Amino acid sequence: MSNASNPETRVIEVHNLARVEGEGSLHLKIQGNRVTDIRFGIFEPPRFFEAFLRGRSFDEVPDITARICGICPVAYQMSSCTAIEAAMNIKVEGQLRLLRRLLYCGEWIESHVLHMFFLHLPDFLGYESAISMAADHKDLVVGALRLKKAGNEIVRLLGGREVHPINVRVGGFHRVPERGELDALGEELSACRNFAVDAIRFLASLRYPELEIDYDCVALRHPKEVAMLDGAIATSRGLEIPISQFPDHFEEIQVPHSTALHGRLRNGGTYLVGPLARLNLNWDLYPPAIKKLAEEIKFTVPCHNQFKSLLARGFETLYALDHALELISAYAPPSEPAAEIKVRQGVGHGCTEAPRGILYHRYEIGADGLIRSATIVPPTAQNQPQIEADLAAYAPRLLSLPQEEMTLRCEQLIRNYDPCISCATHFLKLTVDRG
Amino acid sequence: MNIPGPLSQKPRLAVYKFSSCDGCQLQILELEDELLELAGEIEIAYFLEARRQALPGPYDIGLVEGSISTPAEERLIRQARKDCKVLVSIGACATAGGIQALRNWADIDEYKKRIYPRPEWVATLDVASPIAGYVYIDFELRGCPVNKRQLVEVLSALLAQRRPHLPTYSLCIECKRAGIPCVMVARKTPCLGPITQAGCGAICPKFNRGCYGCFGPAETPNIAALGRFFQEERNVSRPAMVRMLRSFNGYLEPFKTSSDDYEQCIQP
Repeated sequence: MSNASNPETRVIEVHNLARVEGEGSLHLKIQGNRVTDIRFGIFEPPRFFEAFLRGRSFDEVPDITARICGICPVAYQMSSCTAIEAAMNIKVEGQLRLLRRLLYCGEWIESHVLHMFFLHLPDFLGYESAISMAADHKDLVVGALRLKKAGNEIVRLLGGREVHPINVRVGGFHRVPERGELDALGEELSACRNFAVDAIRFLASLRYPELEIDYDCVALRHPKEVAMLDGAIATSRGLEIPISQFPDHFEEIQVPHSTALHGRLRNGGTYLVGPLARLNLNWDLYPPAIKKLAEEIKFTVPCHNQFKSLLARGFETLYALDHALELISAYAPPSEPAAEIKVRQGVGHGCTEAPRGILYHRYEIGADGLIRSATIVPPTAQNQPQIEADLAAYAPRLLSLPQEEMTLRCEQLIRNYDPCISCATHFLKLTVDRG
Repeated sequence: MNIPGPLSQKPRLAVYKFSSCDGCQLQILELEDELLELAGEIEIAYFLEARRQALPGPYDIGLVEGSISTPAEERLIRQARKDCKVLVSIGACATAGGIQALRNWADIDEYKKRIYPRPEWVATLDVASPIAGYVYIDFELRGCPVNKRQLVEVLSALLAQRRPHLPTYSLCIECKRAGIPCVMVARKTPCLGPITQAGCGAICPKFNRGCYGCFGPAETPNIAALGRFFQEERNVSRPAMVRMLRSFNGYLEPFKTSSDDYEQCIQP
């Protein structure tokens, strides 16, 4: 067990990783100072969405794909809708598109705040859960709960409920809110803003492990705004492609230790999606107030330390809050709740920025409006190989630590990614093997 | 529900996840106003999504999310039953098999081959089943996802050792009480409200859409009458009828048999 007396082989093993969404494990084997085996295992049972979507009607898809993930159902609905709309040449523009962005802001806030304060922060402060953390940091936990609730309130108001919203449809919404319905929401979001800013200052005061990785960041990029629903797929190595070319540049492969397929670039490389990748690629489009805050806390972009994804989520949360306020004040109800739909045969690609990174969908639709084939590539599946690469780089630096501490550090690294294993299985079980 | 014997001074809660989206257990964390209070009343002893420390059983209350779809899950649910005084299944996956039970009508090997290049690496059971198909369940809470107010009601009832007050009547009653104009009448929108159990707050009709059955079949639903009306008056095709019944609660009776009947043209 102790490494000092026996430097040859060490094994770290976590069977059921906690504070992640879904079921995963890690097995890590270290010989000398070399990592010889990493298996970031996902044993979340497969649910076969892509198979049973075949034969369903196009208009049922957003309700079905929402069920892939209870934490980010909006992302699934948005990628499904945009892909189907591309296949049928339906344009969702103006206030309808802005309402979708508002809904997405709600999901970014609730998902990010859940991960930052309830799943990730306890690692930095040395607690096993936010509930035990609340005993010493009550104001922080209470403030985070309020902010999370405000994000959820956006989703509830526009979507009907927080988990698996019912108001999203291909072409737009079933019902759009009246102007006055958003007033109370705006007031609550404004009331949460000071907490969001103070929370980022507090997060900046934490000690972050040093781990710089030369990531190939991949995110959506829109010429005029922080991308959420549309744009081009851009990488930090200079690739910029339309969403429809995703399959030409990215692929999914199967590994025996995971029921989630692994995403990688066709040239074999790992890549990073999610909040840090997004900030690195879209920072120029951030509002001056947020850039000023970043300067104040000495956060520089590009940032290649995934532990600081905690801060990246903070900035994205603040952006989503400010953007939501902007959208609410400029809101004028559209005349129709959805664009007109004419069913037609076609193939469509959609990619939107889920809280954990790009979520790609492709559908082939028949002239009868039924799905012929479906492909879904969730963010955690894409990040899996990068998580393993990060562990390979990080684990050798931890060899002087006792087993429990080393295991905890490896788990923390995995939690940097806010892995959503329900989504990716298409889990997480951690074993560090050092002998 | 059987009213359980006395629970511990500070009852111990376990939250289990099987094949699911995490959305129902997330509803516990979505109790923003009650979460810290709840943690004061109940010891959250095992809840992997929320805490790293997993305290060993036995537990007073077990909440089970998800359906049983792999051999490993079958072993775990039997252990969970042994470890918990009261076991409550929460959500459509645990009470009905969930959306993934759609595969029960298909050839699972074909499904595996379609998604995985090496299907032999993926272990699954032939069908995705509700929890009650494997172990005795003390109470079932419906919904895709469960309604968090109903979840609080079940936990409060268990703590107070009384029966939970939860409706088993149809959504129509909830919808009428909320004063929502009937979407089937006013908008001619097909709505599963007459055969679906209440509990969600009638949100779909509130948003001008028809109910799509997240809470599963109400007590004694007349599916045939609704099906006839859909087909004759609302232009719903037989295959569309099959799809409407076969969603998140499609594997639960009587939705299951009715959908088979419509598929095989036995239902009028």
